[in-house]
Amino acid sequence: MTSVEPGGSEVNDTDAGYVDGNALAGPLSEVFAVDVTTATSRCANCGCTGPLARLRVYKHAPGLVARCQQCGSVMLRATRTRDAVWLDMSGAVSLAIPVGET
Amino acid sequence: MARAAVPGRLGDRLRWRIAEVAGRRVESATAVTLTLEIPDWPGHLAGQHVDVRLTAEDGYSTQRSYSIASASNGRSLDLTVQRTSGGEVSPYLVDELVPGDQLELRGPVGGWFVWRQQQTEPVLLVAGGSGLVPLMCMIRTREAAGSRTPFRLLYAVRSPSDLLYGSELRQGAPGLDTTYLYSREALKDSARPPGRITPEDLARGGWPPDFEPTCYVCGPTAFVEKTAAYLVLLGHAPERVRTERFG
Repeated sequence: MTSVEPGGSEVNDTDAGYVDGNALAGPLSEVFAVDVTTATSRCANCGCTGPLARLRVYKHAPGLVARCQQCGSVMLRATRTRDAVWLDMSGAVSLAIPVGET
Repeated sequence: MARAAVPGRLGDRLRWRIAEVAGRRVESATAVTLTLEIPDWPGHLAGQHVDVRLTAEDGYSTQRSYSIASASNGRSLDLTVQRTSGGEVSPYLVDELVPGDQLELRGPVGGWFVWRQQQTEPVLLVAGGSGLVPLMCMIRTREAAGSRTPFRLLYAVRSPSDLLYGSELRQGAPGLDTTYLYSREALKDSARPPGRITPEDLARGGWPPDFEPTCYVCGPTAFVEKTAAYLVLLGHAPERVRTERFG
């Protein structure tokens, strides 16, 4: 794995334009206390479920754009401003986050 | 899977830490391994990555992700970095960093593309070029744990001179089978002509789908795309094929 940062200029390291949802792990670790890439999300468009790690992440947008691996709909967008992380999850119906048994 | 995917991280958000370069080893003409020492490193799982942040004197800052190459030892970690021509970060890491230099680092992160020693099913590792790095971490972790879980590695690489960890892989380990798939230039006595990975390569060097192996595929996006599709075509369940794309 080489570059997963928004706006990264090493464009030749994503020959097909996207990487896996694994790339969300670092940026989202700034706001979530657990690893959310293993969380199961449900696509608002096609209804398929799967771990965030399987989404297709496009990082050459301003921010990270994660699309459904089945239908290609935008499920999650994350943008870092100077003092905040903006998370748009309107494309995901739900997110089941593994936290271990109580 | 449900239990804390990342050791030392449940209930704590990650902060940037300062890592110091403690060693530098040339792996090939275009790759080096950097050994980084990080106080209070919580340890990592095989397959996880870290984010590295560089900040210039004028305040310009940029970050990249790199897979961890070494098995967790609680003190330090190895990153193997391949120089990307025209890249902004990798030439600096490969050519300029020397022991004593410091870097900002965040991690370990990622709980999906990981192998845990509690897993008992056979494992197929398919690497494209420097996609070998997180898979090597799995091989080293297996070895360090004394695990007998059967591993097969298919390593697609341009030519013998581009091999990473060549002598370590040649030395091998019990229960680890390694097959080299050269794409441009093979060894003279090689039975397989140079060429890109094929379904036959995966059928011959991998596991039958009936064995229900977990398959880890890492490499450039196009390589991963094709390999994962071939594995599913050969009958492997899509959820048993875990991928990590980069370039």
